[in-house]
Amino acid sequence: MSRVPLTIWVLGLTTLGLGLFLYKILVLGFPLVPETMAVRWNVEGRITFSAQGQPVKVSLYIPGSSTHFKVMYENFISRGYGLNTITESENGNRLATWSINKAKGKQIFFYRGVMRRTELDKKMPTQSPPAIEPPGFKGPYLEATEALITMIREQSADVDGLVVELMKRLNAPHPDENVSLLLQNRTSIAARAEAAVKVLAQAGIPARLVRGIRLAEQDRNVPVIPWFEVYDKGMWRSYDLAAGKAGVPDNYMAWWRGTKPLGQIKGGEGLEMRIAVNLDQEAAIKRAVDYGKTVTPFLIDYSLFSLPIQAQAAFSVLLLVPIGALLVVILRNIIGVKTFGTFMPILIALAFRQTNLLWGVVLFSILVALGLGIRHYLEHLKLLLVPRLASILIIVILLMAVMSVLTHKLGLEQGLSVALFPMVIMTMTIERMTIVWEERGAREALQQGTGSLLVAALACIVMQIRYVGHLIFTFPELLLVLLAGTLLLGRYTGYRLLELPRFRALIREKK
Amino acid sequence: MIFGLGRQLAKLGLLGINRRNAEFTLKYNQRRLYPLVDDKLLTKQLAQEAGIAVPELYGVIEAAYQLRELPVLLHNYADFVVKPSRGSGGEGILVISKSTKIYHRMDGALMDKVALNHYILNILSGTYSLGGHPDKAIIEYRVQFDPVFEKVSYKGVPDIRIIVFLGVPVMGMVRLPTRMSGGKANLHQGAIGTGIDIARGSTLTAVWHNKIVEDHPDTGRFITGIKIPGWSTILELASRCYLLTGLGYQGVDIVLDKDKGPLILELNARPGLNIQIANRAGLLPRLRLIERERQNLTSVERCVAFAQEHFGAEN
Repeated sequence: MSRVPLTIWVLGLTTLGLGLFLYKILVLGFPLVPETMAVRWNVEGRITFSAQGQPVKVSLYIPGSSTHFKVMYENFISRGYGLNTITESENGNRLATWSINKAKGKQIFFYRGVMRRTELDKKMPTQSPPAIEPPGFKGPYLEATEALITMIREQSADVDGLVVELMKRLNAPHPDENVSLLLQNRTSIAARAEAAVKVLAQAGIPARLVRGIRLAEQDRNVPVIPWFEVYDKGMWRSYDLAAGKAGVPDNYMAWWRGTKPLGQIKGGEGLEMRIAVNLDQEAAIKRAVDYGKTVTPFLIDYSLFSLPIQAQAAFSVLLLVPIGALLVVILRNIIGVKTFGTFMPILIALAFRQTNLLWGVVLFSILVALGLGIRHYLEHLKLLLVPRLASILIIVILLMAVMSVLTHKLGLEQGLSVALFPMVIMTMTIERMTIVWEERGAREALQQGTGSLLVAALACIVMQIRYVGHLIFTFPELLLVLLAGTLLLGRYTGYRLLELPRFRALIREKK
Repeated sequence: MIFGLGRQLAKLGLLGINRRNAEFTLKYNQRRLYPLVDDKLLTKQLAQEAGIAVPELYGVIEAAYQLRELPVLLHNYADFVVKPSRGSGGEGILVISKSTKIYHRMDGALMDKVALNHYILNILSGTYSLGGHPDKAIIEYRVQFDPVFEKVSYKGVPDIRIIVFLGVPVMGMVRLPTRMSGGKANLHQGAIGTGIDIARGSTLTAVWHNKIVEDHPDTGRFITGIKIPGWSTILELASRCYLLTGLGYQGVDIVLDKDKGPLILELNARPGLNIQIANRAGLLPRLRLIERERQNLTSVERCVAFAQEHFGAEN
């Protein structure tokens, strides 16, 4: 075979990939291992609304520095709008106001901030007690509140105990009648937190509602989490209503306080803000990127770090796929593991990443087993191919829905993640497995089924290694080396490990 | 240990699947020629034009409306075979051994006209084709099997598989159905494979489930040493398939008819490697020898003579 061109390709790709890799490490000083202490996050808010051709004024709360987090840097992208930010005296919130004389159609703003965790052990300064806003309870509500306060006061020694007791009552699956009256069927955490604040106000204890986000490693659509703070002994203390205890996890960052909504708009409608968060790829990378900009601006300007956070998050997943692909090549062509569909295991592995491995394997197995059972019955109905596939697809989706509801009722929240499985792939897997089962027997079908599951699990484990993710995202040029390796494997003509035992009969006779 | 096994097998010239793909099928089989063998109707028409013996074609059903003419078409035939044109691994083949008012299947079951129509509709919608593509249904002559393998097969269709490389029949195997394989001639389903002495056309030892056996597990008859009638005709037939399709490396499946002699049943562009177990010999040394002698192997006669000279049992 003409091996020359392939060798040249492999050598070229490897040299280029490794060269860039070494240049970035040795000259620009990119870190080879992910830093263990992650202290900075990028927070990006994508604000959308539609303007109606009139003057527009949009007000939105933005995060400010607190005792836990410091806003290192922030910027706003809002073409043509005037912008000013103020700090409200009431709750210390920061409010950004955008305005323009005339705008029409869909509008998009961006807010970007870099947050740094500050020293946690720093003592908070004592603050003067805030004024209590009267909750304005009347009639039966006032009576119910007073009764509730009396009850919880009897069972608690101090403010902290009182708040915990109150949370316990608000969180009870079957609240007593006083609590039911106060909540009036609004059982969301936000509504309960709001009720808690009002009850505490009635009891003469200053409290306020807080809305914030969880600073995760990587999240493209961060939910706003409510909790509340209580003023006690000269300082504000946080209480996590969802967990029913004092203190919130230290990666909770307050966004704004009080009962007002996140934003308000005049002259437009459909105001929405989607928040994305990612761990700022370590200070060391920042330094390397800044240095690289002066040395080789081209290399940095056209790197993945120049992309918006949401795109970066998407790529950090995408870049893992080639690693899974290489794994599939090795397992199939060198080991000889049989799977359904070439890359089906990778797609399953991506789903496993989200569900966590054990749950993923369990849910996948149950779903496929049920699907196979039903598909087996469909065989008797003698359906033609396309309607049959469509029926299986519908059944798969129904099964996913039923499994979600059942596991949710049983309190197994992980079961909900069954919705993350790629349903078309599941459908094809069930169909192909049935065909193999019929044509080649149960053994072959189960062999290929477990083979697929095994490859998916392995791929998932490899893709979840933090070090691998860091390397491939920081040094995407390593993909060239990966490609070179895959090309080489493409010309591997030796035996597959698992085909050897099959041919053992050849040897015995010769002996 | 497993590496030792690998070394020993390499010494025997075992051809593995990676090497088969990279150095034989990918190299000698042009992709544009694959449809010639993947579509059995096309293979059949091509063979008929070249004067190569195949089971006679009675008719083709390409669309559902043609089912109306089916009774007229089948009127003249007491028995026939229905099969998908692009089926894989012998799937979807229906053998009707007797047709009166109702159709008698080979396995004893009965089928009425509605059931037959549904069966054909399923073929058309691609139930048996690779990738589920729409397909055609072929209706053809039912082979009257030569009694040579009657005593060593359980129901079903015994056939002869010959690997042909650049026109040279390299290795052959008889596939004998067993009760376990459900009358199918696929080794992985439990059929027996026996190697063939290419020089003389007699069966060698048999392999069942990767084990060496001497008797047929269902009939108890001795399998080794059965002489296949008309062997040189079979070799010629197989060799001619190279010119027919242009595929350098292919598997030729042949059945023996009582009256019409050897008939080509189908061709395969990616023949399996189990034939090496049945012959207890590796393919690789034979293939390399042909690659070296390629310039001398210019005619069917030469190819057949070369094969009989080099690939006999004592070699």
